[in-house]
Amino acid sequence: MTIIEARGLKKTYKSKSGPVHALDGLDLSVPQGTVKALLGPNGAGKTTVVKVLTTLIQPTEGTAVVDGIDVLSNPRAVRRIIGASGQYAAVDENLTGFENLEMVGRLYHLGAKTARRRAQELIDQFELTEAGNRPVKGFSGGMRRRIDLAGALVINPKILFLDEPTTGLDPRSRLALWQIIKNLVNDGTTLLLTTQYLEEADHLADDIAVIDGGKVIAEGTSDQLKAQIGGHRVVVALVDEAEAGAASEILARHGEGEARVSSDRRSVEVAVTDGPRALQYVLADLGQAGVGLHDAGMRRPTLDDVFLKLTGHTAEQEQDANAAEMEKAK
Amino acid sequence: MSVLTKQTYQSVGTPAGQLLSDGWIATRRNLIKIKRVPEILVFTILQPIMFVLLFSQVYGGAMNVSDYTNFLMAGIFAQTVIFGSTFSGAAMAQDLKDGIIDRFRTLPMSPAAVLIGRTNGDLVINSISMLIMMGTGWIVGWRVTTSVWGFLGGVAILLLFSYSFSWVMALLGMSVRSPEVINNASFMILFPLTFISNAFVPIHTMPEVLKNIAEWNPVSALVESARQLFGNTNPDFPGPTAWTLQNPFITIFLGIALMLVIFVPLCIKKFESISSR
Repeated sequence: MTIIEARGLKKTYKSKSGPVHALDGLDLSVPQGTVKALLGPNGAGKTTVVKVLTTLIQPTEGTAVVDGIDVLSNPRAVRRIIGASGQYAAVDENLTGFENLEMVGRLYHLGAKTARRRAQELIDQFELTEAGNRPVKGFSGGMRRRIDLAGALVINPKILFLDEPTTGLDPRSRLALWQIIKNLVNDGTTLLLTTQYLEEADHLADDIAVIDGGKVIAEGTSDQLKAQIGGHRVVVALVDEAEAGAASEILARHGEGEARVSSDRRSVEVAVTDGPRALQYVLADLGQAGVGLHDAGMRRPTLDDVFLKLTGHTAEQEQDANAAEMEKAK
Repeated sequence: MSVLTKQTYQSVGTPAGQLLSDGWIATRRNLIKIKRVPEILVFTILQPIMFVLLFSQVYGGAMNVSDYTNFLMAGIFAQTVIFGSTFSGAAMAQDLKDGIIDRFRTLPMSPAAVLIGRTNGDLVINSISMLIMMGTGWIVGWRVTTSVWGFLGGVAILLLFSYSFSWVMALLGMSVRSPEVINNASFMILFPLTFISNAFVPIHTMPEVLKNIAEWNPVSALVESARQLFGNTNPDFPGPTAWTLQNPFITIFLGIALMLVIFVPLCIKKFESISSR
């Protein structure tokens, strides 16, 4: 059963240089009890989708239905069943962790007693016991995020929206947060999350929608997407940039599609299907051709690779262009 | 196991009951802030003391009238509570920047609750300021010459005006890009607003243009009302010639009503459309 359904969402901001389309006819559907990741660079429209679905902004065009409720005409009813956590830890700095969660519970109208007990429950569950009774002001970024996430879970929502839940966190906090999110979805919560990291989408989501320019440009499981862009990449760093041509020829021989030479011509890479074997062949051939190497290895595909394959440009170029436009529009 | 049961998801009570309950929870948040951020309280206590002493002692001698302190106090009260109302603007801007507005807006709470909590916070701060100023004023010789009802009426009218002005500032706070802007903007607005009035000097000495502005400035009607209620009008100064100040109570109640009728709905409407970044 589909629990989140968006059709033809458009969101247009006016700017001096003409209208900017944050969303440009985006369709999305999430089956109940699954995790969907929206993957894309900054400015692709991920946050805008989440803001529309969580009742924060009205789209210029299109429809959105969450659990059978029309988001645009009945936002209050949607708010009763969702939990949402944004890119920035939305907590009151002057309240303690406990007070923040209790306040959220009261505003969900849980009643004073239930709100307090639920706040305590979450403090324990998120291992915030020490911090629960101190104002949030002194907390680390990771702890704030955890309180914010706990705030989204106060009612054990049927549907959870997480907008870049781990952006800006250190690797350890990120892993801890992933574990928390995994436990949640094991209990049957439907989750829509946005991320800039392929690895994160890979780790958490059943299904990934790649977003670019306010539209979904590719959709599927992480395996399907990877099959599209190739599995691993073999990367070699050259001693002499004059040998880049020869090296890229050898890499292309063992890879899928063209080899990519970096702008300084010091590094060459190619997508491959069987990473380790391809690496062996590449190294053998490079050795035979007498190409000197500083370094050689495999790496997993990143968001940049997905983007390069799907759109012909990297995520970072996209990000700069979009960020500039959005900034002008505001 | 979780304490949540199916029933707990249901919303409780009538819309009015919910508004009161949500409003109280949002107010409590601001009261905790007053308690936890010592700067707010220090500012709230020291600034009024400073103003009362500065104006009464520095201007008092130069004004060359008897009883300047009594004349002055209503003006100081008005200026301080009006400046106190700017907290709402800065706080709404800060909440917007911090993203906590997004959190509130995804909760099934009354859309007016955050604003009610915020303006109530200002009211509490202003009440504390009033107490401090009245105490300081009493020490430097301020006396109410009417009755206890006059006294209470004067205090009520000052607080009521500042409360409705908080809604104006809240709207401003939700409309600017950063909390810093609101601080600068409010000084630009509030200094002329409070100084081009009868708060510190009688307006008959002002040039014609300023005099006209001062006569129609709601702050003048506020101060005139409070002065009359406290029995602090100064016989050395000529009485007001403008209708607005001859009927300060009508003027000020109209002003308060207008501010609330216009800005409360505007604030709620604005709140329902804002989101961080």
